[in-house]
Amino acid sequence: MALLDVTDLSVSFDTPDGQVHAVNGMSLTLDPGDSLAIVGESGSGKTQLAFGILGLLAKNGTSRGSVKFNGQEILNLPEAQLNKIRANEIAMIFQDPMTSLNPYMRVGEQMAEVLMLHQGTSKRDALEDSAKMLDAVRIPDARSRLRMYPHEFSGGMRQRIMAAMALLCRPKLLIADEPTTALDVTVQNQIMELMADIQRDFGTALILITHDLGIVAGTCAETLVMYGGQVMEHGTTDDVFEAPSHPYTLGLLKAVPRLDVPQDALQTIPGDPPDLTALPPGCPFSPRCPLSHEPCKRTMPPLEAFGSGRFRACHAPREDVA
Amino acid sequence: MSAPLLDVDNVSVTFNVTRQGAWPWTPPGKLQAVKDATIALEPGKTLGLVGESGSGKSTLARAIVGTVHASAGRVLWRGEDLRAMSPARQRAHGRHVQMIFQDPLAALNPRMTVGQVVAEPLTTHYPDLSKSEVRERVGKMMERVGLLPALVNRYPHEFSGGQCQRIGIARALITEPELVVCDEPVSALDVSVQAQVVNLLQDLQRERGLSLLFIAHDLSVVRHISHKIAVMYLGRIVESAAAADLIANPRHPYTRALIASVPIPSPKAERARHRPVLEGELPSPLAPPSGCVFRTRCPIVRPACAERVPPVEHVGPDHVVACPYHGQDAEAQSSTA
Repeated sequence: MALLDVTDLSVSFDTPDGQVHAVNGMSLTLDPGDSLAIVGESGSGKTQLAFGILGLLAKNGTSRGSVKFNGQEILNLPEAQLNKIRANEIAMIFQDPMTSLNPYMRVGEQMAEVLMLHQGTSKRDALEDSAKMLDAVRIPDARSRLRMYPHEFSGGMRQRIMAAMALLCRPKLLIADEPTTALDVTVQNQIMELMADIQRDFGTALILITHDLGIVAGTCAETLVMYGGQVMEHGTTDDVFEAPSHPYTLGLLKAVPRLDVPQDALQTIPGDPPDLTALPPGCPFSPRCPLSHEPCKRTMPPLEAFGSGRFRACHAPREDVA
Repeated sequence: MSAPLLDVDNVSVTFNVTRQGAWPWTPPGKLQAVKDATIALEPGKTLGLVGESGSGKSTLARAIVGTVHASAGRVLWRGEDLRAMSPARQRAHGRHVQMIFQDPLAALNPRMTVGQVVAEPLTTHYPDLSKSEVRERVGKMMERVGLLPALVNRYPHEFSGGQCQRIGIARALITEPELVVCDEPVSALDVSVQAQVVNLLQDLQRERGLSLLFIAHDLSVVRHISHKIAVMYLGRIVESAAAADLIANPRHPYTRALIASVPIPSPKAERARHRPVLEGELPSPLAPPSGCVFRTRCPIVRPACAERVPPVEHVGPDHVVACPYHGQDAEAQSSTA
């Protein structure tokens, strides 16, 4: 049985400017221990997909469809039941560690609180476990760090603390939302290494949400490319990177400046990310797509399987994507 | 080689900081943000400045623009010392040097329309221009950076990040400066939009003979846009060379580590890469290590490194490095081939 089974999930928000359609009929499955990267530009709905799965949407948000975790439907569960699943089963690491940690609480207290709340551990044992976990994410001198406040740590250290906190209850699924975006490349490297270690040592399944294709290549077995709240392409990371089958994936890959290959001018994807209040009736990428033709403007191409376990949603023939 | 537009000659910048919990009569601590930086920028070229946060990139840029004063050394603009300029001369100099900032939305006044934002440097430096002329130039500039001139009456929050950065570029270029200092101009942007902005800057450079000082922590972007790159660590320039030379033949262990840290969007290349390259993080600039500042994280550190500051050595045409053991232990570290 799949660990996570998302079927036809849609997330929308009521705003004064109209309905914002952040996620539009997404489906994906994840097996225990799998690693999946969800890639796309800002505004493609990556984060709202994660929030939808975890029931963390803002008050004006609604989600429809189905999210099954270990076979149990968790979409729109009451808060009390969701809280049993969050942290215990599914944990999340957010982009900005400084705003996710409570600046008034010592790191040890915040970490211990998780265990005391979710597992009823005594404070003493909870602090003990917290120290062990800080040690596991390689924070030197972990025991004495428990008494420090978040501002006393650097950005990379704070992200390690977030990871330690997320792992305290040994979740089966870890969702990391842009965990390295605010960090330097050397520290980013260390955090991605940590993500790989966590997967190996704890057997945790990982969903990595990012716009950085570089860190995906070294971390995740599978890659899902999102645009306008929909799946554009999904397959193994090797396949998606070596032979992209969607013009959006190709555009993203070509826009990355590379050190290992000399380039003249960077290829760009003209235009801006989609306006989620007024998505075009057809493919959301069609206004920016170099291969766009008539049917693209009218109907959204279905997500079709091809090759070995690959999926793509595009009207253009596969041979034309190059 | 043409005469440099800008000469940074042994520049140091020191800030006074009050330590937490210090007594009122304790003398302030000294934060050495930049130490003995020497670099030249030629007209029409791009100088890239890379390093981790806290390495002093932005402070050096501010010393070049003149918003921060160098505590030692000189910044020469076409041979003229910035600090020796009269205040009137300095103001006039301002139109030659403009700046683009990291957070495109935060850099724009939310209560000014885009038209007003772009026009402001023009009306400040050329107060005699007629209103119609200002309007015409603003319109042309907006068009040049890829914004519809009809959007002049909109407010910054109505634009996307990439569009805001275009507005920032339009504002910087409206006075027709010779040097534009770009402080992490694309770090906050998506990769597709980042490519648009980088290409726009390169086009504008070719068109107008602009010089760019391009600061970023993303080495691959810097490599792409720069002619020459300087690598900074804890306030010091540890290596500088022509861009292609620096990437192909990095000599300083820190440059090598930086290059090896850049993720590659190719699963095969990623698997072949050594990771992690650099342990730990930047030490506090309030208490920098003695001798070589990089020694606490250096993979080829020797006892002698703690004793003296490594002298700057020329290792090739226009290639300088501050490490006496440069280029050593290459096979163990280098994975850039």
